[in-house]
Amino acid sequence: MAKVKFSIYRFDPEKDEKPYMQNLEVELEPSDRKLLDVLVKIKALDDSLSFRRSCREGVCGSDALNINGTNGLACLTDISSLSQPITLRPLPGLPVVRDLIVDMTQFFKQYHSIKPYLINDEPPPETERLQSPEDREELNGLYECILCACCSTACPSFWWNPDKFVGPSGLLNAYRFIADTRDQAINERLDNLEDPYRLFRCHTIMNCVEVCPKHLNPTRAIGKIKDLMVKRAI
Amino acid sequence: MNVTKRTFDAVIVGAGGAGLRAAIQLSEAGLKTAVLSKVFPTRSHTVAAQGGVAASLGNSEEDHWHWHMYDTVKGSDWLGDQDAIEFMCKKANEVVIELEHYGMPFDRLDSGKIYQRPFGGHMSNFGEKPVRRSCAAADRTGHAMLHAMYQRNVKVNTQFFVEWMALDLIRDADGTVLGVTAMEMETGEVMILQAKATLFATGGGGRIFYSSTNAFINTGDGLGMAARAGIPLEDMEFWQFHPTGVAGAGVLITEGVRGEGGILRNSSGERFMERYAPNAKDLASRDVVSRAMATEIKEGRGCGPNKDYVQLDITHLPPETIMKRLPGIHEIALQFASIDALKEPIPVVPTAHYMMGGIPTNYSGRVVAPKGGDMSVPVPGLYAAGECACASVHGANRLGTNSLLDLLVFGKSAGESMVEDIKAMPGSHRDLPKGAADASLARLSRLESQKGGASVHETRLALQRNMQDHCGVFRFKDMLEKGVANILDIEQQVAQTEIKDKSKVWNTARMEALELDNLIEVAKATMVSANARLESRGAHVRNDCADSVEFPDGRNDKEWLKHTLWTRDGNRLEYKPVHLKPLTVDSIGLKKRAY
Ligand SMILES: Cc1cc2nc3c(=O)[nH]c(=O)nc-3n(C[C@H](O)[C@H](O)[C@H](O)COP(=O)(O)OP(=O)(O)OC[C@H]3O[C@@H](n4cnc5c(N)ncnc54)[C@H](O)[C@@H]3O)c2cc1C
Ligand code: SF4
Ligand code: SF4
Ligand code: FES
Repeated sequence: MAKVKFSIYRFDPEKDEKPYMQNLEVELEPSDRKLLDVLVKIKALDDSLSFRRSCREGVCGSDALNINGTNGLACLTDISSLSQPITLRPLPGLPVVRDLIVDMTQFFKQYHSIKPYLINDEPPPETERLQSPEDREELNGLYECILCACCSTACPSFWWNPDKFVGPSGLLNAYRFIADTRDQAINERLDNLEDPYRLFRCHTIMNCVEVCPKHLNPTRAIGKIKDLMVKRAI
Repeated sequence: MNVTKRTFDAVIVGAGGAGLRAAIQLSEAGLKTAVLSKVFPTRSHTVAAQGGVAASLGNSEEDHWHWHMYDTVKGSDWLGDQDAIEFMCKKANEVVIELEHYGMPFDRLDSGKIYQRPFGGHMSNFGEKPVRRSCAAADRTGHAMLHAMYQRNVKVNTQFFVEWMALDLIRDADGTVLGVTAMEMETGEVMILQAKATLFATGGGGRIFYSSTNAFINTGDGLGMAARAGIPLEDMEFWQFHPTGVAGAGVLITEGVRGEGGILRNSSGERFMERYAPNAKDLASRDVVSRAMATEIKEGRGCGPNKDYVQLDITHLPPETIMKRLPGIHEIALQFASIDALKEPIPVVPTAHYMMGGIPTNYSGRVVAPKGGDMSVPVPGLYAAGECACASVHGANRLGTNSLLDLLVFGKSAGESMVEDIKAMPGSHRDLPKGAADASLARLSRLESQKGGASVHETRLALQRNMQDHCGVFRFKDMLEKGVANILDIEQQVAQTEIKDKSKVWNTARMEALELDNLIEVAKATMVSANARLESRGAHVRNDCADSVEFPDGRNDKEWLKHTLWTRDGNRLEYKPVHLKPLTVDSIGLKKRAY
């Protein structure tokens, strides 16, 4: 089978003074379909290559990487779709811990900052809270987020202000609760975002939409939050 | 070496569905709790569950927990404990409603209630006809559920130790469990986490098989830790092979597809399940469907150039139904089989999926082991819930959607038991034994200095191939015997694996080597238990125990209506009786299983 050329970002803080790109070639078999299959194969030859992975089917959000300059999940990327040398880097904008592993602290901090849980202080009924199919439909395109960080780490506004700008993923999740008819904290949620940085650093550059492996649209969610703020002001 | 110690009321190992559900209980009780996970909580494999969670809400048609109980006992081929099964089926509505209150985005009916779909083996009126019992969020139920429970934990301020790997259980001379040792993956630092109550919620070990629907991280760590600490593992010969894994990729296609009307076909396009299960057809129990598929393939009616798969056909369903109820499946077929499921059938094969056995518990989530003639004495300080535990509600074969239910019900009850037991233990923690971390440190230093050993990758592959070839859907006497001999050889290699990477920082080579120590325990328990069980029951089917007048379907209730207990030391086997007596209703009597 064909050989494929790779160029992979390597850095072990214990032994490398600075990061470097490692070039290598791998022999492919017909069963090597996804980029993750090939990474696992490379690791079998060199066990020091470090990356996160778990589900291998695009639902856990572990293996987001910068692949030939674009963020994506290794497990959903067809190896045959990539031009060579296949260049792999850790997600941009977050501190690198080792090789392809970044420190996600800042990303999750922003997620936690939007109060990512249903707020409803009424005593719950004996049965489920009712919701019409149409109201439930509003959550489609939002609840599917796998927190992979492909979007936020593709967003220039997030690169410059990761501590202040919530970022596309966090904002999409904020809207997931705003849009839920069972949630009672819309005003509190909007207050939480009414700030020159937290929401308004989004300049609709749309990088986030292009890279989302789940085909979600953070920009649309952000737009809807902005609309609600305008509506609330008048 | 000096190891840092931290002290908690409770330690929970695992932040999948079971661990998160238990954590809510402990956090709400205000106890100091540490929840450890190898991955960020929402990356746990519960996230991959598709089809739904069972509860007899009766939102679309009449349903009753007693019917659910009957189906579960029958599905288990009577190996499930009927007290635990009654407990689970009765609690189902409560825990599903709670989940909805946490914010879980279930699909809805026009009435505004939770949407329910049919699922294999779930019937109305004691086995009459399929019933809509599976509560679903499209085909992303596990994802929706795991996120909702993580979110609830954020709300109640649970303390997480993310990307920490538990290594070994700490027990004192009396056998009381006092916590675990664990390693922080980012730094390689080893720590002792001391606790009055320790819960294992580490999920399944499906990675013992070469082809599996399980994630890379499903390496049975809780079972490995328990086995090394002298705790037996129950019913490990029972593994569920899911009928519909994508051929060649292993990725799961939910049974919900058949619940929505999908049909299995062989090379001539025949709906072959009509021959094997005239009543339930494609929605028969999983072991039944998997065996039917394997038989079709074996007898030359498989599809494709190698005739090695069958087809799952949904092309007759309205595209709107598929895109609304099964959008994830459409995507998976596209990604992993290059197929547009609206237009073409999906190639599928039975694939290792779920571990019915595990760490023995009672229905309060307390781990139990034999002691002085009594087969089920609680191990003080230790609890288990979710796929790593064996309550046993699934017996010899689990029904789909009963596992998400299991982790809700027993996650909650284990959490409640922990709260109760901790409150009954005021005052300080028991003293740790001397050298509490020695076993873990020895494993690590062995890896540090090992030279000329086998590679982790090769050894794991040998293990997985052995299990796949010797302990699959159909089991053969000679293959089982050979499989046992092989796995004991592989155990020798596992004890000498060598890693090249010695860095302290995020050393995934070391983690994989440590995981292999757990996989080998799961594999040995499986091989040895399977070789010893001389009957066919549920998912365990042997060629030398076939259908006969005396033993319908090969099941031998006279000698084998009992749970296996495998102990690591000497690969010892013991057996304990099945609880045939439920809590309040009459026992569901033994019958031949037909769908
Ligand atoms: C593809 C797929 C689809 C499924 N669909 C359904 C369905 O529709 N309905 C249904 O009822 N069931 C389904 N199941 C089964 C069900 O999803 C699982 O049995 C269940 O989710 C297991 O949950 P758990 O909490 O026990 O474990 P998991 O969710 O696997 O969580 C295990 C946790 O333990 C942690 N852990 C493991 N080892 C260690 C260690 N050494 N140190 C620290 N942490 C550790 C992990 O990080 C993780 O957080 C499906 C299973 C699969 C594979
Ligand atoms: S649209 Fe907004 S959030 Fe998305 S990449 Fe651009 S600036 Fe970032
Ligand atoms: S919105 Fe998409 S890209 Fe962003 S974190 Fe969620 S799934 Fe990933
Ligand atoms: S490994 Fe889970 S998303 Fe890729």
